[in-house]
Amino acid sequence: MTPPDDTGAGTRPARAPGTRRLTGHPLFWPAAVLAALLLGNVALTHDFLAVRVQNGHLYGSLVDILQFGAPLILVSLGMTLVIATRGIDLSVGSTVAIAGALACEHIASAADPGSLSTVFTAIVIALGVAAAIGLLNGFLVARLGVQPIVATLVLMVAGRGVAQLITDGQIISVSSPAYKMIGGGYWLTLPFAVLLAAALVAVTSLVTRRTALGMLIESVGGNPVASRLVGIRASGLLVTVYVVSALCAAVAGLMISSNVSSADGNNAGLWIELDAILAVVVGGTALTGGRFSLGGTVLGALIIQTLSTTIYTLGVPPETTLVFKALVVIVVCLVQSPAFRARLSRKRGRRGPVAPVPAPTAADVTARRQEVHP
Amino acid sequence: MSTTLSSLTKPLQRFSVRHATRLPLIVTATLLVAMFSVGSLNYEGFFSAQVLLNVLIDNGFLLVVAIGMTFVILTGGIDLSVGSMVALSTMLTAWLVEQNGLPLALAVPVVLLVGAGGGALMGWVIHAFEIQPFIVTLAGMFLARGLCYMISTESISITDPTTTRIAQTRVLLPGGLFVSPAVVIALVVLAVAFVVLHHTRFGRTVYALGGNESSTRLMGLPVGRTKIAVYAVSGLCSALGGLLLTFYMLSGYALHAVGMELDAIAAVVIGGTLLTGGSGFVLGTALGVTVLGLIQTIISFQGTLSSWWTRIVIGGLLFVFILLQRLFGGARTAE
Repeated sequence: MTPPDDTGAGTRPARAPGTRRLTGHPLFWPAAVLAALLLGNVALTHDFLAVRVQNGHLYGSLVDILQFGAPLILVSLGMTLVIATRGIDLSVGSTVAIAGALACEHIASAADPGSLSTVFTAIVIALGVAAAIGLLNGFLVARLGVQPIVATLVLMVAGRGVAQLITDGQIISVSSPAYKMIGGGYWLTLPFAVLLAAALVAVTSLVTRRTALGMLIESVGGNPVASRLVGIRASGLLVTVYVVSALCAAVAGLMISSNVSSADGNNAGLWIELDAILAVVVGGTALTGGRFSLGGTVLGALIIQTLSTTIYTLGVPPETTLVFKALVVIVVCLVQSPAFRARLSRKRGRRGPVAPVPAPTAADVTARRQEVHP
Repeated sequence: MSTTLSSLTKPLQRFSVRHATRLPLIVTATLLVAMFSVGSLNYEGFFSAQVLLNVLIDNGFLLVVAIGMTFVILTGGIDLSVGSMVALSTMLTAWLVEQNGLPLALAVPVVLLVGAGGGALMGWVIHAFEIQPFIVTLAGMFLARGLCYMISTESISITDPTTTRIAQTRVLLPGGLFVSPAVVIALVVLAVAFVVLHHTRFGRTVYALGGNESSTRLMGLPVGRTKIAVYAVSGLCSALGGLLLTFYMLSGYALHAVGMELDAIAAVVIGGTLLTGGSGFVLGTALGVTVLGLIQTIISFQGTLSSWWTRIVIGGLLFVFILLQRLFGGARTAE
């Protein structure tokens, strides 16, 4: 196992200087795509990048992308760790709905909905139940050895029903300024949701990259048997990542319900698990596990949010985003697939004696690592 | 698995070693009988053959979709695109028949071709580029759902006389009972699937593929062709299921069949097919669909329970059956 770092560039000797080194950086392609999307938007609407201060708050499309993207960033953050262990968590969408429903239910039925203690209790309840959800997923995966997609499918199916049960099938509205702060509030002129997401991303990177935890997670994802042989307690780690994923989803659920001041068991967080998986994959983390990039995931989530915003700006029916997302998934997966690149290079090899080496993408780096550590 | 758990389940395991593949089916059949008995004892008018037939009438399309899913899961794969493919079929049928004036007899083959072709394409990507089925069919899910919206974001209702006539047809059975043509079609599909899976070379290859892919390759069986074929079968079944749903709903809508892939997977799992592939029965899938349908029936007979209980109960059943599968899995390796 190569010592992990967030950039990945330092682990290989930089043979080619200059541009090759830049394009070889794992974050280069996600960043380039994001930049291209933003530039495209500037071409469409000229004041796209403009950010202005109004009533002491920052306003502008960029701020919107960050604010509406914050829940997705959080869900993707947890998903990255799960995927790094070669798992997947399909239950995050339901967890988002359950967390929002629990918090809103508690606040709506409280005597004093506006008080800090009520909101604090609501948050604790939501996070506590989310932790239980994560424990259940982790138990199924780590202790019983159920495939992650199947284990988390259970709560994906049942979770929406549970969320509806909590809200009694209604959309619960709350009016609590303290709760509104989480998803719709501002602090130091910035949206509080963005600060919260940034803080959680920073904490997760510190914990995974400045301690051995990240390396252990990658080790379990890369080769579970070898990890066990070197004495890594895989099951504890697996349970931890599923709990973290559920907690991240719960915070996202709080944000979403807080932003619209209501909880909708049926539609809150619908399909967010798919967006999150997409964000993780676009960010250069391979679904086969063994390596992850939190920076890439954040970029991936921002790309998806920007894509959605662009579709809205274009005036295309927003539902057609699904087609674009599908195309993105296909392209990214093809680029990540060793078989696809083998075919591509074979074709190129036939054309001339010297095959031009394609610029390594984030996916290349990941795939190459898998070849080294099968 | 922990030692306490395995010591507790020793007798069950000894039994399941002998009946490893049939036990899930027995459990599901027992569950079905229990549910029907409890329903009959508690609710007036529940104990009748028509109630059971209504379950089939209301879930014929799900049965067809779940049969296709059984093929895929038997090879150890998964197809998440079926729900969207069903929606796309309803949309395509409605669009072709209502807005383009195409006769139904021409629209049906087009829709079936789109389904089978889409499935084959996904199977080819899965096989040729060695990408996980889960992610490829996820892309297919997005794509099909998005294409629905590209056709129309509104629901298209069908007033075509041929279609409405078929939708209102009742197939009468002795004893004053009746079913819809969709049920007949679903049962024919079930019979065909049974024969194909258990009595043809293709069926054997499907089981072999789910058992162990590299052994299958070494045996010289056509791995690639079979893999592509099962996704084509699943696509075809979803398209056919979509057509049946079109007759049931008499409309095409992009929001039809949201989450149906989960119901189909649940039906397959409850029907005793191992999610790791290689073991299961398509008749079990039919039992699984009936279990899901009976849950809905009981909830509607109860009246005081809301529809979201269906999801919770299905999730709970899924949980129990996954646990059971692990116990069988343990027994299989012990063998």
